[in-house]
This record gives sequence, C-alpha cells and structure tokens, in this order.
Amino acid sequence: MEQKQALKGVKVANFAWVGVGPLHVRYLALHGATVVRVESHARPDTLRLMMPYRGGPGINNSPWFAEINPNAYGISINMGKPSGLEIAWRLIEWADIMIESFIPGTMKKWSLDYENVRKKKPDIIYVSTCQMGQTGPYAKFAGFGYQAGGISGFTYISGMPDTTPGPTQIAYTDVIAPRFGAAALLAALDYRRRTGKGQYLEQGQFETSCHFLAPHIMDYLISKRVLERNGNRNPSAAPHGVYPCRGSDRWCALAVFNDEEWRSLACVMGRSELADAPSFATVLARKKNEDELDALIAGWTLDRTAEQLEAMLQAAGIASAVVADTEDLVSDPQLRSQGYFKKLKHSVVGEHLYRTMGFTMSRTPPELERPGPALGEHNEYVFKELLHMTDDEIADALAEGGVTTEADLPQISASL
Amino acid sequence: MRYAMSTEEVVAMTRQPELDMPLGPYRVLDLTQGGCLIGPRILGDLGADVIKIERPGGDPSRSLGPFYRDTIDPQKSLFWFAYCANKRGITLDIETADGKELFMALAKAADFVVESFPVGYLADLGLGYDALSRTNPRIVMTSITPFGQEGPKSRYKGCDLTEWATAGCLYTMGAPDHAPTWITFGAQSSLHAGAEAAAGSLIAHWHREQTGEGQHVDVSAQKSLAWLNQATIQMWEVNRYIYHRAGAMWVTGHGVARRQCYACKDGFVAFTVFGGGLVNLVMATRAMVAWMAEEGVAPDWLKTFNWVDGFDTSRLTQETVDRVEAPFAHFFMDRTKAELWEQSLKRGIVLAPVNTLGDVAADPHLQARRFWEQVPHPELGEELTYCGAFYKFSETPLRIRRRAPLIGEHNQEIYERELGISREKLVLLKQAGAI
Repeated sequence: MEQKQALKGVKVANFAWVGVGPLHVRYLALHGATVVRVESHARPDTLRLMMPYRGGPGINNSPWFAEINPNAYGISINMGKPSGLEIAWRLIEWADIMIESFIPGTMKKWSLDYENVRKKKPDIIYVSTCQMGQTGPYAKFAGFGYQAGGISGFTYISGMPDTTPGPTQIAYTDVIAPRFGAAALLAALDYRRRTGKGQYLEQGQFETSCHFLAPHIMDYLISKRVLERNGNRNPSAAPHGVYPCRGSDRWCALAVFNDEEWRSLACVMGRSELADAPSFATVLARKKNEDELDALIAGWTLDRTAEQLEAMLQAAGIASAVVADTEDLVSDPQLRSQGYFKKLKHSVVGEHLYRTMGFTMSRTPPELERPGPALGEHNEYVFKELLHMTDDEIADALAEGGVTTEADLPQISASL
Repeated sequence: MRYAMSTEEVVAMTRQPELDMPLGPYRVLDLTQGGCLIGPRILGDLGADVIKIERPGGDPSRSLGPFYRDTIDPQKSLFWFAYCANKRGITLDIETADGKELFMALAKAADFVVESFPVGYLADLGLGYDALSRTNPRIVMTSITPFGQEGPKSRYKGCDLTEWATAGCLYTMGAPDHAPTWITFGAQSSLHAGAEAAAGSLIAHWHREQTGEGQHVDVSAQKSLAWLNQATIQMWEVNRYIYHRAGAMWVTGHGVARRQCYACKDGFVAFTVFGGGLVNLVMATRAMVAWMAEEGVAPDWLKTFNWVDGFDTSRLTQETVDRVEAPFAHFFMDRTKAELWEQSLKRGIVLAPVNTLGDVAADPHLQARRFWEQVPHPELGEELTYCGAFYKFSETPLRIRRRAPLIGEHNQEIYERELGISREKLVLLKQAGAI
C-alpha cells in the first residue's frame, strides 16, 4: 500500500537559509509537501561551509546541511540576473507557501517582498523569519543562534551561580522558533483553505523565544525579581540534580518531587534511616539542607554506573536517566526502537544519519525519502517538470548566469 | 446517572466560532500539564476554542511558580497565567463514571484532544485514542510523554531534567569542571514537547480536512529535544568525536576551544571571533577590529591579521585562538554591554548582550515592535503585561483574547449553555465530585 502523506499537494518555495527557515519547511517536507530549496553558488548557505565535512571540505560535503534539508528539490539561481529572477517568479506562481529568512530588506532588492508578490499572487502565504523581526531598531542585526541565546535571556540563566554563564552549545532559539513557525504556517494554510485568503507571516525569533521564559519575565515586570542561574536546582524538588557516576565524565540525572519518592530513594540507597531523618524527611527540610543532600547522593552514585542507577531508580519509581552523550544518543535503544534515526544515501556525503521529528503519527507518519540536495542538484527536474520551462529558456538562463554553476562559487569556497 | 443528550445537541454547541482567526472553527480539549500547556496555548493563540480541563479543586500546574506578588495561591500562578491564556476552563474528574461520560460528550464535538498523562493512563480509563475515535472518527488526539507511546522505555518515569538528560543535550551544557547544567527555568523540556505537539496536531488536522480521518499524534519529549544537539550528531558520525561541555567555550571537531561568552564591564556579551571562508563573518570580525583600532587598542598584528587564511576553522590551532581572542577580551572589559551592543549594531559586528530577563522586559526593540500585550485581570484589579504574538499575521493578527481561566470559571457556560445539561443535574454532578 502506498504510504499516505498528510501534506501531499502542498507546494513550498523555500528561499530561506541556514537553520530556522529550512527547519520550518522540514515539518512540511517530511509529510509529503513538494519543497523547492532555492540557493545560489554565488552566496552558498552558511551551513554548507560549516564543519564537519565528510570526504573533505566542499560545497556538498556537509552532512549537517543535508540533514536540515531532506526531501527538498534543490535549485541554484542568481536572482540578480533577469533570467534568474524570472525563475524565482515562476516558482512563486507555482507555490502555495514561500518562506525567506534573509536580513530584512533583502527580498525587496529583488522586488520579491510581500507587497510586490501579492500583486501577482494574492493568495500566497508569505513567511519571513529572522532573528529580530522585519522592523524595530535591531531589525538588521544578523547574529547566530549564540547571539540570540544571549539577547533572549537563556544564556544568562545557564550554568552555576557566580560563574561565567555556560551558554548552550547550540543555537538554542533556532530550535524553538521553527516549532511555533510550523504551527503558524499550517494554521495560515487552513485559513486559506477556508477563505481563499493568503497572508504575510512575520517572525522575530527573539519574540517567539520569549514565550519559553514568559512566567519569569512576568515575575520581573510584577515583582522586579531577576531570575539568576542556579545550576540544576528546581524550587519544588530535592534532590534534583546531575550526579557523578563510575567512569570518565559519566553522569546520572535524578529528581525527587515528594516525600514518598524520597523514602523510595533512601531504600534504594540502602539508607532507610534517612527516610525519616529530620533533616531530609520533608521537601522543605531537603531544600534547606540541599548542599548536604547533594553531597550524600553524589557519594552514593560515584561507585555505580549511570546505566545501573537509571535502572535501579526507575524500578523504584524515581525519575532518573543516564546523561546521554552523543554516542549514547545515536545508540539509544528507545530511539532505535522508534526508528528515530534513519540513514539516507547522499550523492557526495554517502550514507548518513537523519533525525525524524519529535512525533510520529498513527496514519501519516513523517517520512524521510531523499537526502538534502547537492547544490543545484534538481535544476533540470524543477525547471522542466514543475515550472514547465523549455530547453531554450533553460539554456538562455544558463548562458546569462541566471542559473548558477560551480563556476560561480566565490574564490574563497574554491580554496576550502 | 444519565444526562440525556443527542449527537445533534452536542454538535450544536453554542459558542460563536471566531472565524476571523486562522483556527477559529475548531475546538481543543486540553488535558496537558506543566510546560506541555504551551501546545494548546499555541492553538488557542491561533484562534481555536481551547477548553482546559482541570481536576476538581484545580490543576496541579497551578502550583508552579513564580506567583503574582509572591502570593502562593492556585489562582495566582504566573506559570498558569502565561501558558493558559486564550483558554476557557472547566473542572472535571475523568476518573469517575459521570466524568468519563461528560468527557466523551465533549470529545464528540471536539476537533483536538491534547494530553500529557503517563502512557496508558487514559486508555486504562477507557478514554484512549481507540475509544475517542470510535465516538468521533475525525478526532486528532495528541499525546505528549517523555519517551513516546512505544518502546522499551515508554513507561519510564520522566521529568524536565531527566528528559533533557536522555536527549543528549544536557551532556553538552555547563562548565567542564562541574556536572552538566540545564537552563534554570527548567520547564524547557516540556515546553519544547508542547510546542512540537502543536505542529504535529496541525499536520494531522490538514490530513483530517482532506480525508475526514483523524489520527493519534505521538509526541516524545526525548525525540523533540534530540534536535537540540544540532551538529554534534554529525561530529560523532564523521569523526567519532563526542562533544563535551565547555562552559563559555565552543569546541570544534578538532578539539579547539573558542570563546563565545566574554565578560564585559557590567555583565557578559555573546561574541565569537570568526574567520575562514565565511565572507560575511570575516567582514564582521574586521569591523570589530576597525573599532578597536579607532579606539587605539588594536595591536598592529591584529590590524593586519589574515582572517581568511589565518583563522579558518578547519586549520585552527589553540595557540592561534588564544592569541587572537586576548585583545578582544581586554577590549570588552572596559565597556558595558549596552555600549558594545550599540556599536555592534552600527558597525555590523556579530556581538550581542547576555541579557537578564529584566533587560529583556525593558528591551527597546521589543517595545518598538509593540510586542508586549496588556491583559486585564479584573479579579486582581489590574492589567498585566504578557508576551505578545509569537508570529505576526497580516490578515488574522494573533492576540490574547482572554486571560487564563480561574478554577471552574466556565463550568456553567460550557456544561449548562453549550452541553445543555440542566442546573439540577449539574448540582448532582458537583455533589458526586465529577466537576
């Protein structure tokens, strides 16, 4: 039986680059939407030039770029040339949704801003996402996720008190923004289905990310309290932390939310006398003596492996987990049983891993069908089959430089 | 006890759908808790009629702080305010026979059910997806759990911290001389899973509108959070390199540590020295050096440094990094985060302040974009400031149409006026503890 796909027939022109924009589209691409990723050799996607490479440095050697852009058809055009711009317009005419993530004002340089696009295609759903949003004093700031994590408040509250904050290794807000974005554009698509009306959707990733801190922003506005970083502590649980285990840099996370769980923990530790000890018997007592409590737990965990601890504590009904490193993650039995990682064969990178989604679905699960495109890999297919260009039109665009090739790579990339 | 009601009566529920909103015609039953509450909140912001179902006496999430003016009171949780705005609220004990029947009646006329109970809890009550879909084949049911509905760990107990641990992202965060550390507002795991649930629900919704088929969406916090690892998966895959936490540093695949968080005069700034083949980033680095030169604090070797060949990530040594970063660190120590930010914006430097949440609340950019929304709280006698739209819609702007519900605030409206249950029966249900 042919696999059903929820979004089959939905057409997306993806002018976005780097992380957030393409990650919006990924939700649609894994559920059957037809996605065309627009790129240019003249200004390659930053992720194509980021380590790690497989098979040496090169424009098509980044497995990370590929993992972000699966199931998409890739084309390479230069919208600074009339024939390249013409292809962009034909793509927009074809699409239900277009998305871009450039510095505000960039699309307008090509007259591809929403006001202009809607004149030719009134029902387009046009999505712009960037770090700060299209307007406001910082609109043109083009930082990475690391900067966004700083601006939006996450970095400051990460790490131990009285030390330099330990920012998330990752571009944290880049992972928040697409989840909201996918919901937003699917809702706009449903609105269009009912009313025939398209619209302009605009995201400042800073604003979206504020929702992940909202209660504490409100607390500041009401009580002027600034949230400070506080390690792994949780105001309503103790113990609640990450404890050292046997082995090199191995850790176990565990959390006790009530007195019953505490009594279970004391039993598992073989220290049942601690269950009713006045300094630990209640949440209030444990919060008060938390440093002493943490030292006690750490003394017990140090002799055991993280895997043993996870099993013993789970059996006793206590939330606990091995602090998984990358290797633990890719070999995790739970994720494997769910088929979370899938291998696809990329024409340059070879076979490599793709994550699916945070969810699966009983009737229309997410599907990984094709690896992320090599730069310009699907020019011919898209130009002919989707945009119905003639051979002459394609040849003219190539001759003019409206379709880019390896010859258009900037000098710097050639020396990678 | 029976309360007679035909399908037609249920379907004829009287709320006027807000058809000017993207999800105006649809109804969501919200059985989530903690950070997962944000999933139905997103659907509510998009215009759906979200009914938060609480157990009689109030939802456990009402005990999550911080609290309005530090008053520990289930009606004053700021966590609840933030993640239950744009929802109506009813109380219902779904563990009682009457409660189950009422829930099924609600589900018959609902488009979505979103829940975050442990695996099997609703099915054991006879309220799982199979039961709901028999009553309403169009229903989209979305379940959020630590590990998903199936697999060897699906019944493991989880919480925000352990979910963060299972997903590989906790290991990469924190200072190297200490245990890995998470983000101090620890609801992050369930917020990610909740937001993922909104996206998954709407993919299922599109399918339902095309085919009439509902389905079960199975959200795993572990799977959602595994996306936080970004390229560390590829570092392992290509080089068998396991990323270790490095505090304020960023460690490349070659094991070279580069600083991304620098101390400045009054706090910290997020900045990384970039070079190599990334043209725009090299320009940003040059702009920073140009500013330092104007201020007379750039050493001569820095002014003539070859950023393209001399600072390419694939060939960098720790020695070069340490030498290059030192003058920047020195420069920042004499300047405030506001000064550094202002000049960075002006000069195209990739640097940003490490804001406190107080800085965020006062941020001029968010104010200029009119991000914050004032929401009346008549029960408190004031308006509170909320985070505004997560996305700006030109045709159907998102707004906060109602503050979070008080306990059982919409019982009468929903049970009596919309479900058509008589007041006498409601009294009996209340006495029986069902609502």
